[in-house]
Amino acid sequence: MSTGEKYLAAAYLVVFAAVLTYLVLIALKVSRLERDLAELAELARQRADG
Amino acid sequence: MSTWSRNNAAAALSCAAGLLVLLGLGLALLWAPEDADQGISQKIFYVHVPVALTAYACFGWAAWKALRLLWLGDERYDLESYTAVHMGTIFGVLTLVTGSIWAKVSWGVWWSWSERQLVLFLILFLFYSAYFMLRYSLDPGPRRQRSSAVYALFGVVLIPISFLAIRLAEGLIHPVVFTRDGPQMSDSMFLTFCVCLAGMLTLAAALYSVELAGKRIDERVRELRELLA
Repeated sequence: MSTGEKYLAAAYLVVFAAVLTYLVLIALKVSRLERDLAELAELARQRADG
Repeated sequence: MSTWSRNNAAAALSCAAGLLVLLGLGLALLWAPEDADQGISQKIFYVHVPVALTAYACFGWAAWKALRLLWLGDERYDLESYTAVHMGTIFGVLTLVTGSIWAKVSWGVWWSWSERQLVLFLILFLFYSAYFMLRYSLDPGPRRQRSSAVYALFGVVLIPISFLAIRLAEGLIHPVVFTRDGPQMSDSMFLTFCVCLAGMLTLAAALYSVELAGKRIDERVRELRELLA
């Protein structure tokens, strides 16, 4: 692999890694929101019962 | 716009972004000819320039939403403007990193302080990074919304300055590809660039809509929590 090819691969990989990291962060956020919603649903259920 | 249509718009944008980015990558690596002067490393152009233009577009979009907030006073534009600045900052980081990689292989240095284009982009990036400090130093409410909007609107002035700097200055090593005579590249290179730019803009739009949806849900969950507390 030539020097030019190495730098080219690095530039494309940086963008790919950024998008991938962003996807992981979004997935983490969705799981947090799911937990929050489940907690709120439980609270609402308790209110309705009580 | 309803939640259903927003979610479907995000899905459609994500599919389009995936297809365009893959097509652009294929064209850049397999079809576009190598530059006679720089060789294969010139192909960094197909990722660096679209990413930089996308960052400008995001900051411009943030300013437009900020203007709408100040003009109409509708609170939803605050979140939209903030999300656009968020996206612009991410693309700004990518512009600086890919630009540094290209500079190292072409000029032999990671950064050159004598290049006005680079320094002005860094100033633009730092200006928008400070947006978050301003935003989170104020309590949520109309004051924070207005201050953030004014700041986002001021930042957009730096975009044409950053753009024009390279054309007004002389003796630069940063290349000027788009001149008054049109793009200084072959048709196949220009077509590849257009596909890559479309891919990057669509990717930014998809990320923007997903991020915005996440922030809206977050806000509603917070409201619900306060109501149920």
